[in-house]
Amino acid sequence: MAVEATEIHRAIDAVWRIESPKLIAGLARIVRDIGIAEDLAHDALVAALEQWPKGGVPDKPGAWLMATAKHRAIDHVRRRQMLERKQAELGYEIETDARAAAVDLDAALDEEVGDDLLRLMFTACHPVLSTDARVALTLRLLGGMTTDEIARAFLVPESTIAQRIVRAKRTLADKQVPFEVPRGADRAARVSSMLEVIYLVFNEGYTATAGDDWMRPGLCEDALRLGRILAELAPLESDVHGLVALMEIQASRSRARVGLSGEPVVLLEQNRAQWDHLLIRRGLAALARAEKLGGPRGPYVIQASIAACHARARTAEETDWPQIARLYAELAASVPSPVVELNRAVADGMAYGPQAGLDRLDALVAEPSLQTYHHLPSVRGDLLVKLGRFDEARLEFERAASLTRNARERDLLLERARACGA
Amino acid sequence: MRFMVIVKANKDSEAGALPDRKILTEMGKFNDELVKAGVMLAAEGLHASSKGARVKFSGGKTTVIDGPFTESKELVAGFWLWQVKSKEEAIEWLKRSPFDNTEVEIRQVFEADDFGPAFTPELRAQEERLRAEVAARK
Repeated sequence: MAVEATEIHRAIDAVWRIESPKLIAGLARIVRDIGIAEDLAHDALVAALEQWPKGGVPDKPGAWLMATAKHRAIDHVRRRQMLERKQAELGYEIETDARAAAVDLDAALDEEVGDDLLRLMFTACHPVLSTDARVALTLRLLGGMTTDEIARAFLVPESTIAQRIVRAKRTLADKQVPFEVPRGADRAARVSSMLEVIYLVFNEGYTATAGDDWMRPGLCEDALRLGRILAELAPLESDVHGLVALMEIQASRSRARVGLSGEPVVLLEQNRAQWDHLLIRRGLAALARAEKLGGPRGPYVIQASIAACHARARTAEETDWPQIARLYAELAASVPSPVVELNRAVADGMAYGPQAGLDRLDALVAEPSLQTYHHLPSVRGDLLVKLGRFDEARLEFERAASLTRNARERDLLLERARACGA
Repeated sequence: MRFMVIVKANKDSEAGALPDRKILTEMGKFNDELVKAGVMLAAEGLHASSKGARVKFSGGKTTVIDGPFTESKELVAGFWLWQVKSKEEAIEWLKRSPFDNTEVEIRQVFEADDFGPAFTPELRAQEERLRAEVAARK
């Protein structure tokens, strides 16, 4: 019995992961509050946990959950209307009623929940929330992840994530953030906010900023899934496809970028046979989709184009560095930042020789925002090695090692420092 | 984690017959759902085994046997690659598919992590060689 109970609970977990985003999104459109929508969806889950172990998982579990939540949602709308009527002292007509809500819910049961999901994602990534809160809320509401799963992924206590989510939902309610897809001038910034959240999740998995592991692939998969979902919800946003392309191509290198003892292997030294060619193909397809949409190329499309240059080169020597240097110039013009300049210096160094790279880099040495960024001395060390200036290079690698927070990367940098000789 | 979902051949698929329009429409809808959920990585259908071949390896010799092959239940007609969080999620997705009167198999795909610190058999072998060399020098 105990075994069966566990099995059915796992099945319910799986159903929840598949259905909860649609459920919460459909409910949020009715009750206009994602906190309440999530509570209602959760009540339906509790009902499922009570009933399914007895009678088994229903044939259409999503419809079952939605029907269950619907009754509760109608109760909720009725109670709120009563309250509003009392407060309004019959002063004006209230435009929605519970019957209209029921019709809406039936519509929400249909497949066309795309707009609701998009509204949910825009709302979860609203700039009124801190980045941490956006990430937690997005993984919870769109990724169907539990608080505990999110906490484990980010190596923080569960209570931290729980509080973050509670506060985020309260902020959205307090600030009366509308449950809608933004139009007009606001839209581009709001799309950027969603992309930023997804890419942040991906990067946390791809280059863990904390802990002893170099990568946490689970988070990369979560981010990829969110990106792929968003690409279907907003198929006309070219930068969404750009982000998906960038993540697919970067993820294709996962296997190759970790060495035998878990140490990082840099791009040009990776065994390209270990790249995941399915993901490369998917990435190139996503990039083609972005390019087909035309218009000015957004920052993710440009970055994906750079990643694609590497993906297309069969060997490191075949890399089209002049093209990459041109793309970095385009990126620097589109989203100027010291970090982009840093990468551009690397590309220039490869395309036009180490001295060209060093010249660009030295313009950045005084940049305040890069003072604690370990890639700067690491790149500088690399260029100095190529110029045969080993003493200076060693100091740079040592400095980089003292700045990184990743244990694996630190080892690698100290190794490079030693290789420069004493 | 990734799962391969393996669809078995039947008399019709072996005869080279394409599924009827209704099945194609339903399958299209199901595929669409998988794409929208970010689950679908790849989906491929295979030609009848009459267009394939088998290569047998035995005692250093190879023998080629051309299709078709008779035991149609053991033959693969197509496959999906899905990215999901658990086997149960793959099962729940499969339950939503429009299949009838058949059996579909779900198999987990090996990931780098499954190999522990040595990520691929090739690297593991390499490491073993290195260890042996170090041991020999002692």
